[in-house]
Amino acid sequence: MSLRALLEARLLPVILVVAIVIVLPLFFPSAYYYRIGALVFIFALAVVGLNLLMGFAGQVSLGHAGFLGIGAYSVAIGPVQFGAPSWLCLFVGAILSGAVAFAVGRPILKLKGHYLAVATLGFGLLVAIVLTNEAGWTGGPDGMNVPPLMLFGWRVHGSDVWYWLAGATFVGGFMLALNLMESPTGRALQAIHDSEIAARVLGIDVARKKVTIFIISAMYASVAGSFLALFNGLITPDVAGFLGSIELVAMVVLGGMGSIFGSLVGAAVLVVLPQVLTVFHEYEQALLGLIVMVFMIFLRQGIVPSIAAVLNGWRK
Amino acid sequence: MMILEADRLAITFGGVRAIDGVSISIPCGQVFSIIGPNGSGKTTLINLVSGIYTPQDGSIRLAGDTVTGLAPDQLARRGLSRTFQNLQIFSRMSVLENVMVGRHRHERTGILADLLHWPSVGRQNEATREAAHTALARVGLAVVAERPAGSLDYGALKRLEIARALASEPMVLLLDEPAAGCNPVETQEIDRVIRSIVKEGITVVLVEHDMRLVMNISDRVHVLARGRTLAEGTPEQVRSNAEVIEAYLGVHGSQEAAHALD
Repeated sequence: MSLRALLEARLLPVILVVAIVIVLPLFFPSAYYYRIGALVFIFALAVVGLNLLMGFAGQVSLGHAGFLGIGAYSVAIGPVQFGAPSWLCLFVGAILSGAVAFAVGRPILKLKGHYLAVATLGFGLLVAIVLTNEAGWTGGPDGMNVPPLMLFGWRVHGSDVWYWLAGATFVGGFMLALNLMESPTGRALQAIHDSEIAARVLGIDVARKKVTIFIISAMYASVAGSFLALFNGLITPDVAGFLGSIELVAMVVLGGMGSIFGSLVGAAVLVVLPQVLTVFHEYEQALLGLIVMVFMIFLRQGIVPSIAAVLNGWRK
Repeated sequence: MMILEADRLAITFGGVRAIDGVSISIPCGQVFSIIGPNGSGKTTLINLVSGIYTPQDGSIRLAGDTVTGLAPDQLARRGLSRTFQNLQIFSRMSVLENVMVGRHRHERTGILADLLHWPSVGRQNEATREAAHTALARVGLAVVAERPAGSLDYGALKRLEIARALASEPMVLLLDEPAAGCNPVETQEIDRVIRSIVKEGITVVLVEHDMRLVMNISDRVHVLARGRTLAEGTPEQVRSNAEVIEAYLGVHGSQEAAHALD
């Protein structure tokens, strides 16, 4: 492969994603669409992180909303209880999430398949319960208000501003993920997915690599959670709940396991569809479920990899 | 000098002594074969030596250091790699990427550098790619480097595993039935590859059922039966050992066995 082709292969997805972020608002008829767009990018960020864990390293997590919750409550509790600036709390939250992932990851990532799924599920529930019960800090089940984000003396507000902020952050997270996959660590993770035993006899410290990617994916979720809290201005323990974790997993699988770009598509579908389906009132949830099922039946590997396979077939 | 030594290894599975006091000493730069009837403990022995099982008794030394109880990845970083009887291919990756993973222990980048794609990572990737290409060329798979690994045929996958292990530049390479399921042409190719590996000073430990391959290529042959050592010696010594012949097909089939061992 020539250097030029290599550059193109590496840069193409980034250019595509940047173009999407910039061009999309041209078709937005109202501020409401900026709001939806911002939500898509925020969720997509968390989904990219989870996809690194699930799609590349092959380790499932049914508790990832727990990290979303840690990030969200960091930017709520930090400024309210300690008067710390929100942006600092976002970073502290990410580091805290990483530390929790390290502590939890070492024992539970020894488990495989369904056992790992149940263990991570338990972790997510634990976070949600702590957030609900520590009412003195978190406001309990009613949640708490989140002070607005201040950057360089400006108060960040308005859906359009959040759209650009979330879009830019997503592009950053997207690039980091692409970089990781084209690196020694990325190759080791993909190797672990296919054969742990073969990875080990080639000198890969499997346990350590799994914990590393668990920490990274937790930090992605944490930053996304902080954004979500700051953007909404209000946060409840539901953010860390079981349904939230399931939604993240559904976004990964729907977009395509192991497809970083698919993470954006999966998040977009599951954020936008419920908005579109509100016209069906009480049948909204049922239709959503039906559509997701149809997607999975016909695009078995997820939207992006399935379409890519079809396009490759045509080219030949 | 002995590169790999195992002293009175023993392991029990469910009350059965799968390996029962087996000692081996493997000189540097030779082809050392382990043979024996089905269920004699060949693969168990290989699994003990490569750290997949921990011996309940006995010790293992690699290049003079005691390595008993070390994990497979720790042993790999000390220069011991292996292939598997039932293929362990990274089937989602390309042929080249499979071999690139073999370079892992020589790659020097940190997680932060990897995330930010520092220039060192780009250079590292290039060096890894080049070394992987070289390893692929050695087993005759250079032409299929960009293909998905899952698309190769069985014989090619066997050689891919060898290339992947070679890429890690081991001192000792354990090959668990590299010719199993291969046709005569593919077996010839395996024979050629093993010879070229030994020429480089890499010690090869071979577990194999194909007696022609074993007898052609080995410097020493170690025979196991029911988890114990039955005999050890040069191919000629082993071939003419009455106990070995008996273990292979029983007394009645000794004629056939002698023929099979030829």
